[in-house]
Amino acid sequence: MLIAKIVGTVVATRKDPRLVSSTLLVARPIDPRGKATEAGYLVAVDTVDAGVGETVLIVSGSSARMASGLKDCPVDAAVVGIIDAVEITE
Amino acid sequence: MQLARVIGDIVATRKDDNLAGITLLVVQPLNADRQPAGRPIVAVDAVGAGVGEYVFFVRGKEASFPFYPAEPPVDAGVVGIVDHWDLG
Repeated sequence: MLIAKIVGTVVATRKDPRLVSSTLLVARPIDPRGKATEAGYLVAVDTVDAGVGETVLIVSGSSARMASGLKDCPVDAAVVGIIDAVEITE
Repeated sequence: MQLARVIGDIVATRKDDNLAGITLLVVQPLNADRQPAGRPIVAVDAVGAGVGEYVFFVRGKEASFPFYPAEPPVDAGVVGIVDHWDLG
């Protein structure tokens, strides 16, 4: 999974019917120490009511479909947690 | 699977119901010389690994298999703690 910061939202009227009523977020992956990585921006489906500015956990690939409410949806990235703290001890 | 070192953990109160009770670790993938290879990722723990330990982890949907029949939404999971490794 990736750590990312939510930086925006996506509005799309015309989309796959299975994405209707999904919230689409723009996320910027960051490393565990909070620095932005060179990997660009992701569009991820929200399943935990995350908002702009929050640090979140994103699952990608086919596993994203196992997030709550996304069974059989055409998605490859889902926000599955809101991160309170990252503790790096090494 | 890939070798890695556990370098930290993550606290997340609000998360997918199927992630409840599962530990989230930050792991740093390693090369054969035990040096960092690529950027750290977040992996779930299926074996009781702790910070500082050498482990191997699996990527993709298979990371959820240790939790069967639950299907947590995870794409990386620690599935073994390495006692030692040797390169012929």
